[in-house]
Amino acid sequence: MEKYIVDIIYLIGSVSFILGLKMLSHPETARRGNLYAAAGMILAILGTIFLEPGIGNLVWIFGGIVIGTIVGWIAAKKVKMTAMPQMVSLFNGMGGACAAVISIVEYTKHDFSHGGAALVAIIMAGLIIGTVSFTGSMIAFGKLNGNIGDKVFPGQKFINLVILLAAVGLATYLSMQPAADNMLLYVILGIAVLYGVMFVMPIGGADMPVVISLLNSFTGVAAAFAGFVYNNQVMLTGGILVGSAGTILTILMCKAMNRSLFNVIAGAFGTTNAAAGGDGKQQGTVKEISAPDAAVLLAYSKKVFIVPGYGLAVAQAQHTCHELEKLLEEKGVEVKYAIHPVAGRMPGHMNVLLAEADVPYEKLLEMEDANSEMPNTDVSIIIGANDVVNPAARHDQSSPIYGMPILDVDKSANVIIMKRSMAAGYAGIDNELFYYPNNRMLFGDAKASLQKLVTEVKAL
Amino acid sequence: MEQVLAFISENIRFIYLLILMVFLGIEVISHVPSVLHTPLMSGANAIHGVVIVGAIIVMGRAEPDNYLALILGFIAVILGTLNVVGGFVVTDRMLEMFKKKK
Repeated sequence: MEKYIVDIIYLIGSVSFILGLKMLSHPETARRGNLYAAAGMILAILGTIFLEPGIGNLVWIFGGIVIGTIVGWIAAKKVKMTAMPQMVSLFNGMGGACAAVISIVEYTKHDFSHGGAALVAIIMAGLIIGTVSFTGSMIAFGKLNGNIGDKVFPGQKFINLVILLAAVGLATYLSMQPAADNMLLYVILGIAVLYGVMFVMPIGGADMPVVISLLNSFTGVAAAFAGFVYNNQVMLTGGILVGSAGTILTILMCKAMNRSLFNVIAGAFGTTNAAAGGDGKQQGTVKEISAPDAAVLLAYSKKVFIVPGYGLAVAQAQHTCHELEKLLEEKGVEVKYAIHPVAGRMPGHMNVLLAEADVPYEKLLEMEDANSEMPNTDVSIIIGANDVVNPAARHDQSSPIYGMPILDVDKSANVIIMKRSMAAGYAGIDNELFYYPNNRMLFGDAKASLQKLVTEVKAL
Repeated sequence: MEQVLAFISENIRFIYLLILMVFLGIEVISHVPSVLHTPLMSGANAIHGVVIVGAIIVMGRAEPDNYLALILGFIAVILGTLNVVGGFVVTDRMLEMFKKKK
């Protein structure tokens, strides 16, 4: 009887995952979708604990769940909006590690002295993919947190390939000789740990969202393999669904940056190009603007676009930004936000950040809509964004970001760039916009500069 | 060779499930606006936390004298729970930001 009920519970769980994911892809239903999926998950977990045959050690199980819930809940609630990407990476790594640990236990528990090649192969696949996802996510976390830099050395791609082939080769051998001792299992584990590190190490920090999305789908696949071992439907559906949805999402993210997945994984961005910026093709001078002048320019404009980037997130200036926007609106200026799809460190990063400061959803324009209004705009203020407004993407074929769709802020009558210094953006390339005749620089921390503007506009 | 074919035949239902799920995953999210990429990724992240079910089975079926399975199973349950709880809570926090303010 229990077995029948648990099967139905798993079915409900699977449907809730599918529905949840579907609803997550529409703004109106997204939040409810997340709750549906969460409810399905709770149901599946309770079903497993109470109805799956032969489940003991309940104290340990609940102990683990309580510890995980408290730690996970606090971590997720306390994390700042700017640190969300790291957090997703961290939780993803936990899932990968979980799949890897399950694989280790399953391998050591079974007696493979008379066959079982297919089972070993599946366990090994779960082990390798889960482990790579775990260590890769940890490196991605470190990079986004600023603890780890990009490390590239000659022949890295070749070495990575060798490491990967070694892991797959040994796993294949172990599947053919399932009775081999556990030593080989730990060797494979070690190689997988190394591969995860080496895989993410050369990839530039700006590409971490894509990497996290990719590792996310890896964990899904690892979960599906574990589900196969237990013949467990809900793990299979959940795992495969995330595996395929995650892969598509990764490709969509790459498309938003006009790059191929291969290009991202090869880690070419921000490494080969660092030198390309300084080849002296920049002409003209950079003009500065003071905060009082900027305030006058803004207050007497008809239409202003605010273009936010990662600098806004770092400075936590979203509230001050909203304040400036409200002040200008009171003075009769039409203020809107132009949101580039990959501004910030993750797609949608800016929307989340501005929504936190209560900026109305309707004020955020997507790239195409914003660009069509740019020629009629008096001032575009760029707050901590750089590569997404670099006109080189339109015409300079040698530029590494050539072809990436950008916000055409240079088409508005005036441009004010708020920036800490003349340093290059995340892609490591110079921005010719700085030298354009209609551009003025307002140097300083985004929050401090915005604060000054607010004071100046108030005083007008 | 025959072993491989037999394996496929024995697991043909799983293979159907695999193929259908792959197409479903693609279909479900191919029209997502870029604004939702991050929350969607985070939501998917929480869903693969279903691996916790495997962790519970490992833990629940570990013999009392199999310390390796007990310890690793316990760790796996904690890791899986972190993935599930953290994933859903972070996603909810992200989506909370999207609600319309009127």
